[in-house]
Amino acid sequence: MKPAPFKYIAATSLEQALALKAEHGDDAKFLAGGQSLIPTMNFRLARPAVLIDINGIEELSGISSSESATRIGALTRYRTLQRDAAFVGLFPLIGEALPHIAHPQIRNRGTVGGNLAHADPASELPAIMLALRARLRVRAQSRERWIDAADFFIGGLTTDLEPDEMLVEIELPLPNARSGASFLEIARRKGDFAIAGVAAMVALDDQDQCSDVRLTLCGVGDTPVDASAAAQSLAGQVPSEALVSDAAGAVQAMIDPGGSVHATADYQRHIAGVLAERALRTAYQRARDGH
Amino acid sequence: MDIDDHDIRLAVNGRTYRRRIESRLLLSDFLRHELGLAGTHVGCEHGVCGACTILFDGEPVRACLMFAVQADRHEISTVEGLAAADDHYHPLQQAMHDHHGLQCGYCTPGILMTMSAFLAENIAPTEEEVREALSGNLCRCTGYQNIVDAVLAAAKSMRG
Repeated sequence: MKPAPFKYIAATSLEQALALKAEHGDDAKFLAGGQSLIPTMNFRLARPAVLIDINGIEELSGISSSESATRIGALTRYRTLQRDAAFVGLFPLIGEALPHIAHPQIRNRGTVGGNLAHADPASELPAIMLALRARLRVRAQSRERWIDAADFFIGGLTTDLEPDEMLVEIELPLPNARSGASFLEIARRKGDFAIAGVAAMVALDDQDQCSDVRLTLCGVGDTPVDASAAAQSLAGQVPSEALVSDAAGAVQAMIDPGGSVHATADYQRHIAGVLAERALRTAYQRARDGH
Repeated sequence: MDIDDHDIRLAVNGRTYRRRIESRLLLSDFLRHELGLAGTHVGCEHGVCGACTILFDGEPVRACLMFAVQADRHEISTVEGLAAADDHYHPLQQAMHDHHGLQCGYCTPGILMTMSAFLAENIAPTEEEVREALSGNLCRCTGYQNIVDAVLAAAKSMRG
């Protein structure tokens, strides 16, 4: 339960961190919150030769908002989001999911960018980034690109990041004014890995009909799952019990959960359907009632 | 590989320490073996049990999920610093004593550090808030009820 030896370098600037990553490639890991990396190093499941500590790079932290979008620095800690009432007010989906992310001590340390780059399929934030149509800004030493969240998660613990790249910022488009959100999750214990989790976002037109429905899941596949297609029958409709129930059935049909010692695949599929139904209904009600 | 040593300087419970340590040394092991502050307990060493919870710049974190080298130029509080200088218990320590909030005591330092920081932010918590704040600390003896009682009693006594 002790990590293998490594070389530790505390980067003092983003440029230095990117130069080190370009030099060491896959032999090096960025150390942000370390709340997933250090346990895997303690188990010696990961043995990076070099750790590039980015905690001292101030420009990677913080939240800023413009007319059309909010940007979150990759090093921003979960707890910082939780304490920011304006942010949680803008993105209630994230506010509702944060208490499901591990425990208070982990949330004090863990970072948004670290979470997404780790790409644990049971994690809440990757599914939420899909639901919110986030864009991720990625830097290397001499280039930069934006990746849609939908293209970022390509497998279990695997992202589209190249060995010399760092996720530096997340951009969230502001939700429609008449929208509602709901995040629901079931785990064996509070803060444990999700058996299934569902994020729903519903936007309404002025007749209270759904103009946009987003539905994503965590914990039920190798990557976060965008199941919005299963809810497209709600578009242009005031959702009836039957429509919502049909959408939940479509979710169950399209997912392929792996099952585990804690929950069989059938149970995960059942839970995903129940949570999808509840989340869609709640998100619609919140959109309609204006909170 | 050559041993990757680093010189660090940090404050623990208000006292400054300087040490030369290997980069892979966990902060929990540093506190126990290098500084002799064995009040920080080590349970699971992968961030699940909460026994090693300390305050890092005032915030509760897992000492087993940080490297000691990361504490360079930072401030740490451990259970050894919780009681007042005159050895009077912190109100939470007194309440844990009064309410039988421990049996074997292994989880207790982590619970004291987590919940004393929680009470510093929220002096009038509900039982539900206390249970949520406690969720990252495992206790196999008490069933938690007496710990919850102790935290609520400590909050009451701290409100005066």
